Amino acid sequence: MEEKMPDHLFVGKSIPRTIEADKVTGKAVYIDDLKRPGMLYGKILYSKHAHAKIKKIDTSKAEKLEGVRAVLTGQDIPDVRVGFLKDQTVLKKDVVRQYRDEVAAVAAISPEIAAEAADLIKVEYEKLPAVFDPFEAMKQESQLVHELDARGRPLKSNILPLPWKFEAGDMEQARKDSTYISKDTVSTTWVNQCCMGTSGCIAEFDQNNNLTLYDQTNVIFGHIGRITEYFSQIGLRGKKIRVVNPVVGGSFGTKLDTDIYEFIAIQLALKTRKPVKILFDRKEEFRALPPRQPAVFTIEQGCDKEGRLTFRHCEAILDNGAYTSWGATTPSVMIMPMSSLYRVPNVYFKATCVYTNNIYAQAMRGYGNPQATFAVETSMDTLAEKAGIDPAEFRLINRNRPGDDTPMKLRITSCGLEECITAVKEKLNWDNKKGKQKGRGVGMASLIHVAGGARVTKSDGHGIMVKLDEYGHVDVIESGTDQGQGSPTVISQIVAEALGVRPEDIFLTFGDTALALWDAGTHASRHTFMAGNAAIGACAKAKRQILEMAVEQMPKIIKSGFKRKKRKDPGFVEPDLDFGLIANPEDMDIRDRMIFPKNDPDHPHFKLPLTQILQNGLHVGIGQSKVVVAEEFYDPPTEMLNWEMKGNLSMTYAFGTCGVEVEVDEQTGEIKILNLVSAHDVGKAMNPTLLLGQIYGAAYTGVGYGLTEEIKVQNGRVMNPSFRDYQMLTAMDVVPIEAVIIEPIDEAGPYGAKGVGEPGLVPTAPAIANAVYDAVGVRITDLPITPEKILTALKERK
Amino acid sequence: MKKVSVSFTLNGDSVTAEVPVTWTLLKTLREYFELTGAKEGCGVGECGACTVIMDGEAINSCLCPIPEVEGRSVTTIEGLADEDGTLHPLQEAFLKNNGVQCGFCTSGMIMSSKALLDHNPDPTEDEIRTSIAGNFCRCTGYVQIVESVKMAAKDGK
Repeated sequence: MEEKMPDHLFVGKSIPRTIEADKVTGKAVYIDDLKRPGMLYGKILYSKHAHAKIKKIDTSKAEKLEGVRAVLTGQDIPDVRVGFLKDQTVLKKDVVRQYRDEVAAVAAISPEIAAEAADLIKVEYEKLPAVFDPFEAMKQESQLVHELDARGRPLKSNILPLPWKFEAGDMEQARKDSTYISKDTVSTTWVNQCCMGTSGCIAEFDQNNNLTLYDQTNVIFGHIGRITEYFSQIGLRGKKIRVVNPVVGGSFGTKLDTDIYEFIAIQLALKTRKPVKILFDRKEEFRALPPRQPAVFTIEQGCDKEGRLTFRHCEAILDNGAYTSWGATTPSVMIMPMSSLYRVPNVYFKATCVYTNNIYAQAMRGYGNPQATFAVETSMDTLAEKAGIDPAEFRLINRNRPGDDTPMKLRITSCGLEECITAVKEKLNWDNKKGKQKGRGVGMASLIHVAGGARVTKSDGHGIMVKLDEYGHVDVIESGTDQGQGSPTVISQIVAEALGVRPEDIFLTFGDTALALWDAGTHASRHTFMAGNAAIGACAKAKRQILEMAVEQMPKIIKSGFKRKKRKDPGFVEPDLDFGLIANPEDMDIRDRMIFPKNDPDHPHFKLPLTQILQNGLHVGIGQSKVVVAEEFYDPPTEMLNWEMKGNLSMTYAFGTCGVEVEVDEQTGEIKILNLVSAHDVGKAMNPTLLLGQIYGAAYTGVGYGLTEEIKVQNGRVMNPSFRDYQMLTAMDVVPIEAVIIEPIDEAGPYGAKGVGEPGLVPTAPAIANAVYDAVGVRITDLPITPEKILTALKERK
Repeated sequence: MKKVSVSFTLNGDSVTAEVPVTWTLLKTLREYFELTGAKEGCGVGECGACTVIMDGEAINSCLCPIPEVEGRSVTTIEGLADEDGTLHPLQEAFLKNNGVQCGFCTSGMIMSSKALLDHNPDPTEDEIRTSIAGNFCRCTGYVQIVESVKMAAKDGK
């Protein structure tokens, strides 16, 4: 029988971020602030060409500069290949294939000397023909970016050997069954993650060549895997690697992969036998950090005369740049919206990644989903128009529903998409505003995303350790990382709730591989879901230990209390107590730091402070002392995608809808967002205020993606490597945002919660594009939607 | 490198720094005084992560040559809380309203807001947004930052 759950004391409450008070007092130590004794500063010299042979590198002047401790080129370190397809080396020895290729590196006693030394390195290049357009690069006769693959075999094409393909149903029949078909080509561009804290790390070897890497990664154990592999090829096989996070100044996907600068810091530290810090400046962050992958989609969809989707057919071309990082794997995530956003029985999706001499790409919040959703949601609108159905109604007809199995074999458990679409309609006053034109319009777009872990490696596990001291402090060793998403507060709420203490009793340690159990990474919007479930498991075990201690200690404490009273007051009469009430751990509970019998929570004698039990349990006597420590490694029963790219890779999925009302000035092309409604199915709001922060922030980044942000790459070179020229939104770009929280408590989630980190960003840009179309009747299909593009489109229409 | 001796008031204390003449106030704060709350987000005065208050005005300390600080009064994020650790209303409000996420922009954001509230204890939303126009944040979308400043203004009354 299910017990009646008492109201939550902490879960679901907007607990302030007091646990992170160091961030408002300047005390938080970021990588920028961290120094190690004897630390040197590393600086990287990048290529001056998009494609060239390295003829000669002269480092003599740099080496002679006072304060320089090491200068490395590709000649000085083992020629070991790294990266997702092992298509690059740490320092490039013979050929550079992009402007950000690392050619040499310096370690010096100050950042200034390191920079000066890097400038003194003279490199002679012989320029090679380069290719920058992925469509050109796909052609048979194109210049090759790589002549050989990782194993030294000749390559015949720039197309990556990653055949991303998904098929379900009968496409041919579905076309025949379609009353309406629409076809669109849409494209998205490079955008920078723009973490306010730039990339950086400190590599430090001990005397026995074990490495400690102070590093901002959000995949601490993935880092160890990649560096271990690297070590095995540079003579450091078997050495211990410890990755430690400082406070991290934003991540947004940048810290998923082990980047080249991290291997360079390791090489410089190895060479100098000193700790070496590399910290990017902002220009470097724009030029040498892999951004979000650009893509071009040709998408066709069909529906029957009732407006039910019959098929979705999409081919994508991704400009991979010169090397592979996680950007090349974003199509694996694109398959999710392509196959499973709205009910669509027949699906074909193919993505081709192409090498070019452009900068290569990484992950960014949403991991391919924002690009793919821009394609799907553009197409939803054009098809709705062909079918003569209101776009909101069209989405409602095709919405996902609880209990659906999608063509990708995702099992939709809870699903609040209907509520999200309906809420957006209401909040925007959709029916009155839609289709009025005259410069004002409304648009919407929805999303699906993993929200209960994501089995992208064989383990999707997450570990947590909970340890209590005798004063009631709870140390929580979390195997995930904190990059600002609010996990310290939310996890402390969950632990406090599950253990029966208060959030202020919780002390969290994040991001230290030497202390933590394993974790697949704080990515894929999985942290609250995974850490929450792990914490609930660990706390149940710790609680059991405490209650076992309590049934042993409580009678002793109570009886000796009576004895003391009797000594003071001989007239004291000991009450007749039923010690059976506190004889079994199952009959006891802990809440708000107090231990008591479940059947009589306010018993005048059997309610004792947790700390008293912990102290008595520890200081017992020889051989009987006990401490409370418990761990849980939570690995959900999900599936890895099979060779057909099908499988239920997450325990649950997040849904959401973004609706936008815009005003477009037909004279200037300026777009003003009058109203933005972001409705999200979050399972359960663990901390409403923090949840809103995730939605607002993601939506805002989505507005930037839709309207302003673009890394301008000209012949392989980043032309706008500064905040000023990049045009990230500021506080002056007022976007009135309203978030709507839909809570269809999810059975798999901790207290019903789903992940929400990425979803807010995903549908924003297509919602804006659809609203612009509604306002002025021109459809902008390439992001960002700039005034210039609108004016050009308006002119063409006339 | 030629050094310069600069005396000024830092978080209420009289201090003297002997640093290379080319150093900025930001570098001096971070390297000489080991006050690392002010951050270098861009180094060219675009992002505001280095904001401190000098003689009552919020400035980008990354653009301020150290010789210019002679005789001035500088307040950094480290000088905001009371000596007993009681947080300034702005600091409290940022924690309460989720005005801080990754925290990298937070020192600058709070210092810009403080300069505003010192001059204008009851600002409009427009005035708040204008005062932090030079402080970039990637996490929050500014919504809860603006709410935090509003709350601090209310609490300060």
